[in-house]
Amino acid sequence: MEVGLNHFLVVSTLLFSMGIYAIVTRKNAILVLMGIELILNSANINFIAFSRYGNFGLQGHLIALFVIVLAAAEAAIALAIVLNIYKTLSTVNIDEIDNLKD
Amino acid sequence: MNLYDLMFYLFAALTVISGFFVVTNRNIIYSGFFLLFTFFGVAGIYVLLGADFVAIVQLIVYVGGILILLLFGVMLTNKITNVEIKTGTINIYPATIAIGLLTGSLLAALINSSWLTVSTAAPEPTTKALGTMLIQEYALIFELLGIILLIALIGAASMARREK
Repeated sequence: MEVGLNHFLVVSTLLFSMGIYAIVTRKNAILVLMGIELILNSANINFIAFSRYGNFGLQGHLIALFVIVLAAAEAAIALAIVLNIYKTLSTVNIDEIDNLKD
Repeated sequence: MNLYDLMFYLFAALTVISGFFVVTNRNIIYSGFFLLFTFFGVAGIYVLLGADFVAIVQLIVYVGGILILLLFGVMLTNKITNVEIKTGTINIYPATIAIGLLTGSLLAALINSSWLTVSTAAPEPTTKALGTMLIQEYALIFELLGIILLIALIGAASMARREK
């Protein structure tokens, strides 16, 4: 069977589902961040696949680049927040972080 | 089955299988290293789709930057003297059922829909065209991204080292 648009979409769907699964089930905040990165990657595969098989020129590639830049910024900010949470509460398990103020 | 298909199945299997280990492994360090293979497989898929520049950026930014940042986060938020860097899980059974339903419906929807594919020509190098687009019609977004990166850098640094 010739590899076409559907094959790439299936791969990105599987990545998306695994990212959601990581976000929903894992307790550790770092693993939730890894799930978010998986979801961003699956969105990027979709953008580039439609850019390849559709008549959109290179705009999909540009959007994918913007997503990568924003993912880098998001990872830096989120890790700073996680480090602060760890300094304050001595844990990064999301289900144990349930108070607004001491 | 030609070489293109073979490479696609290789990279797709690498991506999906290592992604599965990322979300199911109980050791955070192992998850981080499996994430390396996932990002590498995604870069290979970009190459197969003719996106050479995006693939290189994926390798530099994700594998070289974000993954290292995540591993730093793991190191800084766990007691390293504790050998078992493990993490628990919650909501396993409802999550598995719900994600299974979501995946099934998404796959059914995209396989049953007939996508209109127009261009199947061999891809060309994209770096020059992307650079031209970034300087011309996307110049504003390009500048804004630079400002966002600067703000994120300053914000992350000042937040991470704030004293109580």
